[in-house]
Amino acid sequence: MAGQHDVAVLGVGMHPWGKWGRNFVEYGVAAAQDALRDAGIAWSDVDFVSGADTMRNGYPGYVSGATFAQALGWTGARVASSYAACASGVTALEAARTRILAGLADVALVVGADTTPKGFLAPNAGDRPTDPDWLRFRLVGATNPTYFALAARRRMDLYGATSEDFAKVKVKNAKNGLANPNARFQKEVSVDDVLASPMVADPLHLLEICATSDGGAAVILTSMDFARRHAGSAGPPVRVAGVSTVTPTYPNTIIDLPDMATDSTAVVARDERTFKQSIAHAAYEEAGIGPDDLSLAEVYDLSTALELDWYEDIGLCKQGEAERLLNDGDTQLGGRIPVNPSGGLACFGEAVPAQAIAQICEVTWQLRGQATGRQVEGATSGITANQGLFGHGSSVILVK
Amino acid sequence: MTTRTQAPALGAEGWFTADPEPALLGQQCSTCGTFVFPKANYGCPNPACGGTEFDEVRLSRFGTVWSYTDACYQPPAPYVTPADEHVPFCIAAVELADEGLVIMGQVVAGVTVADLKVGQRMELVIDVLFRDDGTDHLVWKWKPVATEGEVA
Repeated sequence: MAGQHDVAVLGVGMHPWGKWGRNFVEYGVAAAQDALRDAGIAWSDVDFVSGADTMRNGYPGYVSGATFAQALGWTGARVASSYAACASGVTALEAARTRILAGLADVALVVGADTTPKGFLAPNAGDRPTDPDWLRFRLVGATNPTYFALAARRRMDLYGATSEDFAKVKVKNAKNGLANPNARFQKEVSVDDVLASPMVADPLHLLEICATSDGGAAVILTSMDFARRHAGSAGPPVRVAGVSTVTPTYPNTIIDLPDMATDSTAVVARDERTFKQSIAHAAYEEAGIGPDDLSLAEVYDLSTALELDWYEDIGLCKQGEAERLLNDGDTQLGGRIPVNPSGGLACFGEAVPAQAIAQICEVTWQLRGQATGRQVEGATSGITANQGLFGHGSSVILVK
Repeated sequence: MTTRTQAPALGAEGWFTADPEPALLGQQCSTCGTFVFPKANYGCPNPACGGTEFDEVRLSRFGTVWSYTDACYQPPAPYVTPADEHVPFCIAAVELADEGLVIMGQVVAGVTVADLKVGQRMELVIDVLFRDDGTDHLVWKWKPVATEGEVA
């Protein structure tokens, strides 16, 4: 039964991930057209365009909603453009959902795409000594993998995690991605392959850290009324039952991108939940379901070890138990709660503004039974989880 | 021979002192008492406080390792590689018990992940981040506290 805050996912679409080196607009338009076809609606039916921005492609990337709207042909639709780093896609989705729930729109296109440079993501050029993202590179040499590695090393010392445990996450996701036509890397790897790849940020090897990719993803979101009128005999659509775009609460006690220090716990005690734990919690609260109700999860495996952190942060197991969950096979296809059946970032690499939308595409295909070769049998609900630097939570619960 | 100038690295002016002992300079809110590092630009970060007055305080010189890593790959600009070729260096996030802060920094040269553990005691030092014509650009770094019988 649909909740009063549900909206329908009528269509999803993606442009395959890769290192294509073409204009990001091209990927976004392809994904949008794919999603429109999937929904069976015309571009002219869209009354709200919600773009997820890219910071690496000049002005058109900062006004992505309008950029995509113009590329598809101006229709007078309302527009918004969102930036929330890796969480941009869900921030754009939330803008669309709230406009639909307010009765101000019926059909929204949510779309994000990126063209990425080679190598580490680095700050924009020029000296900006008051920008924390500039300072962490200049004063510490702290790259994104530095932060991933701090989390990984802590798991090793606190919970006895091993490099083999981390490598097994990559092995699992690489296998899942073999059957995904949108994945950039479709190649099986072994634990030995992972451990033999160069060490980037100890304990994380090159094959354990997500690459940067080009890609585009889009979702057609509609009111439940519109979906019912439109669907006819197609059956009930996948629904968005909960969206979380929470920020941290003070004191934020886990050091995270791009900061070089945490908040202080000297006066205000730490919350019972860390920021990452609060992200999924807010989505569960909205959806009225819990981790035990899930059929699958798509989480942000920026590194192998971060996928294990997510198992705990979205409530699949207790703190310190993620390695056991992985080693018991619970999170592989056919296991109790498959994680990243799409292949995850391990197989995609990150196309920042498209990635959170791509997670939604995958869960939608899974709930429709259309994830050929990587299908979670009988899937009825799924969660996406992700976090954007500068304090952006992102989690969506989808049900059918 | 010309005299070399020593100066805090760009962006870190006023973040630390070497006198009389090396210490990071943080702030303590005059209203609620919470600690802030780096300095707050827009008032107290405690949302229940609203204070705008701070005392500059020297943060604890000793703390314990929260986590650590080796930067095996050369970071991109604005990082300045201090030598002709990249030499892997260690980074640690260190917890200061009294202030309830965790602060990241490079670890002094010669230390690797093999030398560290979560919970290990560290001390703050001021060290050279990189050198250019006539100037040593200084920054804070963490250094393992030598255990008894060991030479630091």
